[in-house]
Amino acid sequence: MKVSYFPGCTLKNKAKALDEYARRSAEALGVTLEEIENWQCCGGVFTTARDEVATKLSSVRILKAAQEKEQPLVTVCSACHNVVKQTNHAMQTDREFADKVNRYMAEEAPYNGETEIYHYLELLRDVIGFDALKEKVVNPLKGKKIAAYYGCLLLRPSGVMKMDDPENPSIIEDLIRALGAEPVIYANRNECCGGYILAESPALAKKNSNAVVENAKAAGAEMIITACPLCRYNLVKNGADIPVVYFTELLAEALGVKEDTNE
Amino acid sequence: MNNPYLQEELLRMSGVDPKKCMACGKCSASCPAYDEMEYHPHQFVSMVKNGDIEPLMKSESLYRCLTCFACAERCPRGVEPAKLVEAVRLAVIRQQGANRLKAQDVPALLDEEIPQQALVSAFRKYAK
Ligand code: SF4
Ligand code: SF4
Repeated sequence: MKVSYFPGCTLKNKAKALDEYARRSAEALGVTLEEIENWQCCGGVFTTARDEVATKLSSVRILKAAQEKEQPLVTVCSACHNVVKQTNHAMQTDREFADKVNRYMAEEAPYNGETEIYHYLELLRDVIGFDALKEKVVNPLKGKKIAAYYGCLLLRPSGVMKMDDPENPSIIEDLIRALGAEPVIYANRNECCGGYILAESPALAKKNSNAVVENAKAAGAEMIITACPLCRYNLVKNGADIPVVYFTELLAEALGVKEDTNE
Repeated sequence: MNNPYLQEELLRMSGVDPKKCMACGKCSASCPAYDEMEYHPHQFVSMVKNGDIEPLMKSESLYRCLTCFACAERCPRGVEPAKLVEAVRLAVIRQQGANRLKAQDVPALLDEEIPQQALVSAFRKYAK
């Protein structure tokens, strides 16, 4: 199976591991991630103002590129996913906004939010299936206590993201179980790390990030996994003393494809 | 000072209807930036509703919001205060020379590990 893939700017630079392990694991599961050509950065955060058009065009172009190939679009980074999915929702539901975008793009066929978007986690759950994934695991991560860190971007606004229950999610915990490890449930798993606030108030980023790590550790976590490069950065920068790794790295390890045999 | 045009623009940009608010305060109770804010999410809603917008535009609270959407998610009336905070911030930074974050501020933020995402997000929130 082939799908369109939007890695985003961070996965081409500081978060190469998130990208490479995602591609390799997908191949092992029979899915090829075909990178969209000539994509541009999504901007990192969605601007909720309805009259902001120019900053949302890169997301619309990405969605249209997938539509032209008649493929669903897959993202991995939480931020890219949030921005592209919220933009697609606006194209579906806000006629005035969609009309402006389509006139701006001045292309023959208007786009009205037709592309189906999956976060990589949703690809695992809804397309491949956690049971099928479990059968492909060659190195089960036995007994390891792992805390899923959702943060804010994967789950909210839930009416748009529709990934999981925003207050009691289970998609990453189910992945952890499929890989043979033990999920740790803790209250702060869907609280924000502070995100871009590091530019304004490093103290606030530190407070939020430390609260996540302390809360996970108190629940017995030996490791935290995330889909977001900025969450990982904030947690590590502010002194996390347990490993904070991308979920794709754990997946690649369990599937036995962590080492690249082509290199 | 009550500026009806600005109020109308904020409501249009955000799509928020502050009349739906029942002043329960759940949004502010959910807000992870609460301690650093002078005006809290529920106050953005009530003050915009009352046309009391000037103090919000001058407030540091605009730059403390994480856009984490906790307030919007947990509001029992679907008010989405986060969108109003964003609208007021945009009304400020769209003005000439009002960018909060400038290119010369960036070197101080850089270290070996900082992801591109952090910088593009900060620019999108703090500059036009
Ligand atoms: S979106 Fe902003 S105002 Fe709302 S809860 Fe998060 S930080 Fe607070
Ligand atoms: S949670 Fe909703 S209804 Fe309650 S004060 Fe906040 S905006 Fe108003």
